Amino acid sequence: MVSSVERPPTIPAGSQLILRCKDFRVYQILIPQERDCMDVHASLVRLSRPEKYSELYCMSFNPNVNKEEREDSWKLIDLMADYKRMGVPNNLWVSTAANSEYRVCDTYPSELFVPKSATPAIIVGSSRFRSRGRFPALSYFHQDTLAAVCRCSQPLSGFSGRCQEDEMMLQAVMKSNPGSEYIYVVDTRPKLNAMANRAAGKGYENEDHYTNIKLQFIGIENIHVMRSSQQKIIDVGEMRAPSMTDFLWGLENSGWLKHIKAVLDAGVFIARAVADEGVSVLVHCSDGWDRTAQACSVASILLDPFYRTLKGLMVLIERDWVSFGHKFSHRYAHLDGDPKEVSPVIDQFLECVWQLSEQFPCAFEFNERFLIAIHTQVYSCQYGTFLCNCQKERRDIRLHERSHSVWPQLWKDRAEYTNPLYKAEQSQSQGILRPNTTPYCFKMWKGLYNHMEKSTPPRQSPSDYLSTVKEETQQLEEELINHQERIAALMGKPITWEKIEVPRRRTSHLGQRHCGPDPPSTYTHPITSPTQDNGHALSSEPVNQEAQTKDPALSLPLGLHTHLKSQDPDDLSACSDLESGVADLSSRSSSGVDEGKDPNETASPPPDWKSKGNH
Amino acid sequence: MEFSEHIKTANLEDVVLRQPLHPPSRGTLCITGHHLLFSDREEGCSRQVLLLLKNIDAIEKSTSGSSGTITIKCKDLRVLQLDIPGMEQCLNIAYSIETLSCLDCATEMYPFFYRPSDFGLQEQWGLSSPEKYYSQMKELHDKWRLSTVNRDYSVCPSYPPAVIVPKSINDDSLKKVAKFRQGGRFPVICYYHRKNGMVIMRSSQPLPGANRKRCKEDEDLLQAVIHDSDKGYIIDTRSSQQAMQALMTGGGFESKSCYSRWKRLHRQIERGKALQESLIKLVEACGDESHNMDRWLSKLENSKWLSHVQAALSTAGLLAECVERDGHSVLVHGSKGTDATLLISTLAQLIMDPCCRSLEGFLALLEREWVQAGHPFMQRCAHSAFSHARPQQESPVFLLLLDCVWQLWRQFPLAMGFSEALLLRLATEAYASNFGTFLCNSHQERWAQGVIKKTHCLFQTLLRPGERDQYCNPLYESTELAIWPSVHPQSLQLWRGFFLRWTQQTHHLAETQEKMRDMVIKWEKLALS
Repeated sequence: MVSSVERPPTIPAGSQLILRCKDFRVYQILIPQERDCMDVHASLVRLSRPEKYSELYCMSFNPNVNKEEREDSWKLIDLMADYKRMGVPNNLWVSTAANSEYRVCDTYPSELFVPKSATPAIIVGSSRFRSRGRFPALSYFHQDTLAAVCRCSQPLSGFSGRCQEDEMMLQAVMKSNPGSEYIYVVDTRPKLNAMANRAAGKGYENEDHYTNIKLQFIGIENIHVMRSSQQKIIDVGEMRAPSMTDFLWGLENSGWLKHIKAVLDAGVFIARAVADEGVSVLVHCSDGWDRTAQACSVASILLDPFYRTLKGLMVLIERDWVSFGHKFSHRYAHLDGDPKEVSPVIDQFLECVWQLSEQFPCAFEFNERFLIAIHTQVYSCQYGTFLCNCQKERRDIRLHERSHSVWPQLWKDRAEYTNPLYKAEQSQSQGILRPNTTPYCFKMWKGLYNHMEKSTPPRQSPSDYLSTVKEETQQLEEELINHQERIAALMGKPITWEKIEVPRRRTSHLGQRHCGPDPPSTYTHPITSPTQDNGHALSSEPVNQEAQTKDPALSLPLGLHTHLKSQDPDDLSACSDLESGVADLSSRSSSGVDEGKDPNETASPPPDWKSKGNH
Repeated sequence: MEFSEHIKTANLEDVVLRQPLHPPSRGTLCITGHHLLFSDREEGCSRQVLLLLKNIDAIEKSTSGSSGTITIKCKDLRVLQLDIPGMEQCLNIAYSIETLSCLDCATEMYPFFYRPSDFGLQEQWGLSSPEKYYSQMKELHDKWRLSTVNRDYSVCPSYPPAVIVPKSINDDSLKKVAKFRQGGRFPVICYYHRKNGMVIMRSSQPLPGANRKRCKEDEDLLQAVIHDSDKGYIIDTRSSQQAMQALMTGGGFESKSCYSRWKRLHRQIERGKALQESLIKLVEACGDESHNMDRWLSKLENSKWLSHVQAALSTAGLLAECVERDGHSVLVHGSKGTDATLLISTLAQLIMDPCCRSLEGFLALLEREWVQAGHPFMQRCAHSAFSHARPQQESPVFLLLLDCVWQLWRQFPLAMGFSEALLLRLATEAYASNFGTFLCNSHQERWAQGVIKKTHCLFQTLLRPGERDQYCNPLYESTELAIWPSVHPQSLQLWRGFFLRWTQQTHHLAETQEKMRDMVIKWEKLALS
């Protein structure tokens, strides 16, 4: 998880290291001896940039399961079952074996669905006319309107090039939707970028050459723009005591929300075409593995309630991202490589889902924690799911035999990731989400980017409260039914309603949910403040971790980051029982002067960190 | 006065009403002395829209051919449109609305005519007053007393008849202190912190003026608050520069040499015209439907509304910190002591005092700290964000309070006994109401106009069984602890429920609140059975 290590100048108390992590956390470590500090620094720098897959944690991570269980773990998410669920194959869309050995397109999955009228010759011809051979294939089929979302890469058209097979391919896509007379070709790039690509022999479809297509540009910026934009919003999140003006200006200047809106707009356009107009859509960008993945998966979320469930989101990510060759290892810097390949593409998808869940709080089965957990796993390489850049590469390094899938783990912890407000049936909208994308609907995703808040005690969470309420409601209902049954059995006749004594739990479970955090120092302005002198200034520092290593390790294990993480009380993935943290805090006085320690730290000091040289 | 003078066309058929969240509908329009009534009788289902004319902030008329369109912009930020056949009728209706929505005599307003069938005027009026607060707080009786020096409003026209002051200061001294404070608003106690016996006092600015006059009684009064050993804080809601400037116009501040045991802190809270302009800009930004993210963020920033929210909450946090954590009494004032002063003392009480966070407690707090303490509601809420009229005394201070309370409510969803719906209702009622609660500018005016005898009390009504359910927070679990709000910009959000109230998005969020309520009710039923 470490993305960079800084070594600021030595201070009297010792040498410092600042670790910046890929999940936007920042840790500050104080090491008494400068020599040790340099050693740790050197180790961290080397070990945080593995060069081979075999060095990654998932290859040595052993969650103590046997071979069958590991194999089963890879079977939890079954893409073929999902295609079946959406009604494919059928008389319009069929499975093709053309890519079964990754010969036509090495970054595509081996199992693909194409229009019934697309012969292997058309597929191969079309793939030759597409960047990286990524020919049009089915992403999502909408049973209600028979319209489909398909994806591909840009055509190699240059200024005047054309390809008969490719034109036939698009024609076939159109024919696979009996109700419509045209298809939309959504080029998710800004039009200027697409035109610039023509000079390199690539570009976009010429509407004169293809019959019955409507070309639409969406204007999602490229990975380089997104990378620098995210850096800016991270900086906004790290500002120490910004004024409202600084903050809003920083937010505007980062452009981040504008980009999130563009991705969501792309999804909305596709979903409208498919659901409201019943027209199929072919989506591409340049290579068809970044913006295309974003647009297709957002559209699926909007179109199909299934993808708003825990399992559904897993399936969706597995299909549109993992199987269709989103370059996880390059984009999230799993291995030391070209920094220009790194970009927060899936971060943006997850954020779109989060923005939607803020707009439709009852529409999603999962909560914010689930999205953040996925985000963490994409970067952490603890499991093999997000390793490599495509299916072929995974097969070549026998990934499934050497690592575990993350999904069963997330599924096991689903209680923690469930949204208590989830309402499965949404009859009035036929299950289709129609989000408002006016700028005022977008907010900064505090849960992901804001360390400052994470380092203060957790605030009250209505959803945790409601989860407990829901759980207890179920329990009580069960008890009630039990009692009724028993009474019915005793009396020999059914009873409709009886007053039954059930212990009242309100106080026992829910009593300790409040926390009164310390007054943040931010009320007092540094210059004019007389109350500044009582040492509270440190509490809202963004650097939320100060640990002392008395005897630092000479070589630290790869799993170091997990030890570090587990000390942080608010880390959602590490601290499985958030409520215990809340309960701990509630016992401290709100004026708490001396009890300001991390609850977890006092409860269980992580032995690995304090003792000598872990391994 | 006869309202009928202003109504040339009372009834009109075949009018088309367009309003947010509803399809357009065709029906009959009716103008009465206080209401605009629209009823649509299409296909058996009849729907009515009843709008208080007082709620209308601005109208715009446009005509095309023989028909006209009136756009009605309300103080609750709703925008309606009426398509009216016939030019003359259109102009008549517009004239009636313009005239009748701007009546400024309190006794002509609807609260004096509102007579609901299910309860009478003899019902109790009001929830709280300094007298009640004093009698409930036995701890106060040692060192504080209830003074009726203002019983005929002669000492301070904007104060209620009874106020709480230090026991050792007699009424004659109070009269002298009142002369040394703007508008006679001498320091009174508004909150007693049970945990450590510290208090919050509020007043208006002292009047040393350019000659640096002193008032011994004023100094004694403050000294009496903190006794001998202790020290106290004065939170001045103006910047130190503004306070210096006030000296030139006869106002000023408590100088260090005269009030040696009091430490003055300046925290500027925007008020008056600047705050009104901020609201206008924000509402304008929220109405911008162009899909340009940069423009939205820059408009939001430019309105400065959220900066005002941040300033108010952090100053209130500072005040609470002085009282609760550092154990000092605090005097808070700005210049007049009727706006920012009340804002800060109210928020600080919500932060510290669990009693203020229940539904009743909150309403009682508002009654004490705003209605009785003399916030000039009538002047401040005469117009809202849409009005074309030249702004006079308008300023959305109370709305800023509600926004800040909403921020607290959002950060501590379990600590407050009331719901967002209550805050929205109050935001509407302050500008246009069936009830007399927010009428007039002071206790004295209300008394003179007979508000208490001739109108109904909003706060009592909100607590009646049928209404109450709507306004309590299903997740409420009272906590004794102080709730320290985060004032980091990322923790403060636009109050969508109010500013984007008439959009689809807010609709979804309201549904969510409903669902939460249902879940908790179901659980409680089972847990109790």
